Amino acid sequence: MKAGKLFLLLVAGGLFGCGLAISGMTDPARVIGFLDLLGAWDPALLFVMAGAVAVYGLGMLVLRRFASRNLKLPTASSSPIDRRLVIGAAIFGLGWGLGGFCPGPALANLGGLRAEALLFVPAMAIGMLLAQRFFGADS
Amino acid sequence: MDHYTLLNPLIGGILIGLASLLATVLSGKIPGISGVFGRLLVLATPDPPSVAAATYGVAGKTWRAVFLLGLIGGAALSFALWQSAAIFRPMRPLVVMAIAGLLVGFGTRLGGGCTSGHGVCGVGIGAKDSMAATLIFMATAMVTVFIYNRAIL
Repeated sequence: MKAGKLFLLLVAGGLFGCGLAISGMTDPARVIGFLDLLGAWDPALLFVMAGAVAVYGLGMLVLRRFASRNLKLPTASSSPIDRRLVIGAAIFGLGWGLGGFCPGPALANLGGLRAEALLFVPAMAIGMLLAQRFFGADS
Repeated sequence: MDHYTLLNPLIGGILIGLASLLATVLSGKIPGISGVFGRLLVLATPDPPSVAAATYGVAGKTWRAVFLLGLIGGAALSFALWQSAAIFRPMRPLVVMAIAGLLVGFGTRLGGGCTSGHGVCGVGIGAKDSMAATLIFMATAMVTVFIYNRAIL
């Protein structure tokens, strides 16, 4: 990959991290506040998802319609809703509810050198390596 | 942006959508954070060499590492610039965070995605498997929080 493209990927990553921090998704109290439907419910995560899904979905529609044919874009895969997906998503949800971190915010909090992230991220890496070792890296 | 308002999550969400879009165009892949990080950890793969080189070789590793370094740097910069972005209220003991990390890592790689890959990108392009995964992890996370906050705290 050319240096210019890599620089733009650095920018994309930067925007992503900036978005996570500005939105408050790096604050576990805000994430758990959203997940706690019967507590003092915090709607912030819904606003984040709505904004991100709308921009990404519309952007992909526009790109597919107007971008050059040389641009290869991933499509909505026809991968099945199988046992692997259901069990994996459930285990992820369990961990997300326990810690209030999903992968993006966990990595972002490394940028604040927070003890929670410094512990969570290596544990997450071990979990990933185990899943990939026993079930393959690609579903 | 010293004070947090509902504009924060809206602006942040739009930035996350734009960042994902840019990374999709540049990489030709769905840039979900768990998939990007997980594939960065793969040192040996049973895939055929042609597939393996593009994803797990130097080229595949470089763009993934650069993207994640950008994410960490962008967050660090935001923490320094805006008080509203720097808010961090710990909720769980560190031992619980370690267990949660293991489960999140294992579950996202088994289920093929996390909040970004399935939740933002997959749902954004209308992928049925991503919609199912998102409903499942949202529901199990909500049940987990309900039980933890009432039974354990």
